[in-house]
Amino acid sequence: MMIIGLSHYLAVAAILFTIGVFGIFVNRKNVIVILMCIELILLAVNINFVSFSTHMTDAVGSNPMAGQVFALFILTVAAAEAAVGLAILVVYFRNRGNINVENIDLMKG
Amino acid sequence: MLTVISFYLLAFTSIASAFMVVSSKNPVHSVMYLILTFFSAAGLFILMGAEFLALLIIMVYVGAVAVLFLFVVMMLDVDFAELKQGFLSYLPVGALVAIILLLEMLMVGATYFAGETKTVVVRDAGITNLEAFGQVLYTDYAGVFEAAGFVLLVAMIGAIVLTLRKRDGVRKQIPSEQIARSKETGLKMVDIEPGIGIE
Repeated sequence: MMIIGLSHYLAVAAILFTIGVFGIFVNRKNVIVILMCIELILLAVNINFVSFSTHMTDAVGSNPMAGQVFALFILTVAAAEAAVGLAILVVYFRNRGNINVENIDLMKG
Repeated sequence: MLTVISFYLLAFTSIASAFMVVSSKNPVHSVMYLILTFFSAAGLFILMGAEFLALLIIMVYVGAVAVLFLFVVMMLDVDFAELKQGFLSYLPVGALVAIILLLEMLMVGATYFAGETKTVVVRDAGITNLEAFGQVLYTDYAGVFEAAGFVLLVAMIGAIVLTLRKRDGVRKQIPSEQIARSKETGLKMVDIEPGIGIE
């Protein structure tokens, strides 16, 4: 308990991931909060990557920076996703006057 | 000892604020708690020895993404109380899925990594985290780095194309028409008769 190891960080990441999934379930109508929950999930994944990369540097044949570099790319994709998602949200609001997700299936075939 | 205290403080803060993101009634508060979550996650990254990523998280998430969220939340005139309806009816199934998910992940983690109580590996003396990053980012991962830049470019263009619109009835300066104006098109000579006025 007194030494912080890999499992502690993994537990934090697992709890954050679960809160993200839980948030998508309970905030089913509010797209903005759903996007925030996706950001939370990506943050949990980033914590996993970074904790593995800093704790398992002695694994055979591994590049010690690989996990952190990958976390950087996840960060990039998260930023792009947020930008495009919010742009879609703004366009939807402009057309409909609300952001109720339950009406989004209007165009179903 | 200080590491242990700061770990538990940061972990507790990040988890509590993440929960507040989900359960907060006002989306503006949600964004604020999201910022707090990212800050404490950045603290965790620093504890792990990944300083560069910690600063990057603060710059990208707090500096860009959270501001973007805040901007959209405040710009859209939405009745958020109406969107909050159904929170309690979705709660049981959401909690069930969340608990199962968490138990599964913790079980896998507990069985696989329980034996290890390794402290954080400090990087080799003389090389900082940023240096180690730079040594691989522009050599081993140069291609992926370019791809990441391309993703950002596509996202930027996509966001602009999505939100761009032509509006009628807006007075806008059109420079080409201004430059193309000549004396013949822009000037009209009128001979005013006394007592009649102009048109």
